[in-house]
Amino acid sequence: MAGITGSSLAVATAAHEGPPEAVGAARPGRRRAARRGDGRIASLFLAPALVGFALFYLYPTIRGVYFSFTDYDLLSPPHSVGAANYRYLWRDPLFWNALRVTLQYVVINIVSQTVLALGLAWLMFRLTRSVLVRVLFLVPWLVPNVAVGLLWLWLLDANLGFVNHLITDLGGSSQGFFTTPSLAMPTIAVINTWQYTGYTALLFYAGMLQIPGTLFESARLDGAGEVRTFTRITLPLLRPIMALVLVVSLIGSFQIFDTVSIDPAQGGPVNATRVIYYYIYQLAFTQFRMGYASAVAVTLVLILGVLTFLQLRLLRASRSDLA
Amino acid sequence: MRRTRTRLAVALIAAATPIAAAGCSSGGSASAGPVTLSYALWDQTQQAGYQACADAFTAQDPNIKIKITQAAWSNYWQNLTTEMTAGDAPDVFTDHVAYYPQFVADNQIMDLTADVTSAQVNLGQYQPGLADMWVDGGKRYGLPKDWDTEGLVYNTKMLTAAGVSPSSLDSLTWNPTDGGTFEQLIAKLTIDENGNNGLSPKFDKSHVKVYGYVPTYDDGNTGQSSWGDLAVENGFSFLPKPFSTAYNYASPALEQTVTWYASLAQKGYAPPYQKNSTLGVNAVLDAGQGAMTQIGSYNVSSYAGPTAKQSYGFAELPIGPDGRKTLINDLSDAIWSGTKYPTQAWKWISFLASPACQDIVATKGVIFPAITEATKKAETARIAAGQNITPFVQEAQAPGGTFIYPISQHESQISTEVQSQLDAVWLGQASAASALETAQSAVSGYMSQP
Repeated sequence: MAGITGSSLAVATAAHEGPPEAVGAARPGRRRAARRGDGRIASLFLAPALVGFALFYLYPTIRGVYFSFTDYDLLSPPHSVGAANYRYLWRDPLFWNALRVTLQYVVINIVSQTVLALGLAWLMFRLTRSVLVRVLFLVPWLVPNVAVGLLWLWLLDANLGFVNHLITDLGGSSQGFFTTPSLAMPTIAVINTWQYTGYTALLFYAGMLQIPGTLFESARLDGAGEVRTFTRITLPLLRPIMALVLVVSLIGSFQIFDTVSIDPAQGGPVNATRVIYYYIYQLAFTQFRMGYASAVAVTLVLILGVLTFLQLRLLRASRSDLA
Repeated sequence: MRRTRTRLAVALIAAATPIAAAGCSSGGSASAGPVTLSYALWDQTQQAGYQACADAFTAQDPNIKIKITQAAWSNYWQNLTTEMTAGDAPDVFTDHVAYYPQFVADNQIMDLTADVTSAQVNLGQYQPGLADMWVDGGKRYGLPKDWDTEGLVYNTKMLTAAGVSPSSLDSLTWNPTDGGTFEQLIAKLTIDENGNNGLSPKFDKSHVKVYGYVPTYDDGNTGQSSWGDLAVENGFSFLPKPFSTAYNYASPALEQTVTWYASLAQKGYAPPYQKNSTLGVNAVLDAGQGAMTQIGSYNVSSYAGPTAKQSYGFAELPIGPDGRKTLINDLSDAIWSGTKYPTQAWKWISFLASPACQDIVATKGVIFPAITEATKKAETARIAAGQNITPFVQEAQAPGGTFIYPISQHESQISTEVQSQLDAVWLGQASAASALETAQSAVSGYMSQP
């Protein structure tokens, strides 16, 4: 936190050094001038990351955009088909279905995960500073996704699962968590919530630790209770962290793949769990329709870009109320 | 500013150079010295048998060593295709009829016609019908290595408890109207929580303890271990001939079969789709929650091997209106067209398809070799090990008793679509007629898609 405040202070001072009459118009120019001195060193330090970015992100992305305008089955050379893939996509019911079930997953996962994580973080913040507790929250996050998927697949199995044994022993009737269309996607969403809540809670917790203690003290002196302190001080001051967590987990959530791919229903029952990433994977690597898969992927990038932009705008993520 | 940019560019190039250099350094020569061929398999239970073949082969021809790589079925084809794209696929790999048409279309596997002719491979030594499956447009792309058929597997204790003798299973009949004696047997093996079986008027279908039949609902486009064989017994045919585009999913014979298959759950004789385990039929039978199911001979070792948790017996499929019909499938070995050692690869392939190798594989008792003589050896070895797998062999040898896998393009897309539509039938969301009609029109569409 000291670092952030320090650098923003430096920028502010630099901006104020200019002649008084030029403050408004010249500010961007002054900023560029202030940075130029570090430019060479900075580019040197950035080079390894840039090379990696160009090689593993930029180049594949450009190739992907190119493939999206071709018919390509991985084995014979791609040939151009113009916008045919995008026209097909517009009429492809499986694509729209994939978007719909992915959104369903994202909503259930993000809402439950954020609410639970905020609650956990607040409990930790108010009750304990124990490192052990913090580590325990991370345990599900440390388990590989595939292992988590298999674990819950066994626990929730309709015939042989432990959870269904408990339910039937308590007098209920067994549930096909993965095999009932209306339950399959919520089940997968909740499994991933289970896995990521602890991690998200730690991020929120770290954010809470950054809020100056004086604010809580004065709130207490003014007679604010737990709930009021949480809603009036913690939540508003947590906004930048909240924005970061929401953007990252939204993008991560759209990328749901492992749990779906572990499920033997392979996107079923009746397409209920054929999420967008899994659909792209099936198109590209089981149906070998790389061209069309690329078109779906490019469309997803556009959708995610718009969503992220909106989110950052709405949450004013770059500004903190503390500044 | 400009200098910074130049330097940045230099740094980028400098950093990228070792990668480019590394890319160039991997090259090999196709000289006659000792070579190592890579050979890909997907079934780990078969690896021991083929390793023994490879050892025998190297002993005979010390200049060629075989390195076996194994990947699970679920990623085998993805791995293989991406390796081909990257120019780094195995020299020889195990091939499946569902996938080889695509490799042929993309020039990824070698035409073996000339080699087979000049080496005078006796195509009559194989189980009839198998060798023809690997011919596309008059060219041969593989030699049969093994075969598999479908049969019933039952829990012997449950069968005895129901008062049914194993030998009576030989004459089971089936039809889509009342299910024949096959459905009677399934009902008899189904036990509710009060101990009543499915034939009893007091049978409580909502509290079933042991299901008479554990269905395989996720069985793709062929229903190989479920509805497919029964549908063919009912007069259905997937395709008029291999490589045809005229699929027949809207056929009434298939519709009747699917309706009957779905009815088992409605009658309480089989777990409904929602309550069927996703862990596989083997897990349900091992847990004692099911009495019988249908399996392929490639899965026999799960029931007869040391890991089986119950005692099982095998039987032939029931006899349908058109007689007893089982899907017979076989695998072959293909040479990747990008191999540096085509001559050596052919030597290895012809060894794999010869009695020398198939006799070795036969003794390992995991699969049935394609050569009829070797099949006999495999059967003897299995029976000696206490596994009565004769039903699978009898089915394969019965005249007119088998049909081959529907060979066509777009197989995996068809599989996804047919599976989704049938899921809706199993869930009671759609009738078999409307689901199969939807599937058929989608499948017809694939044949003309870009």
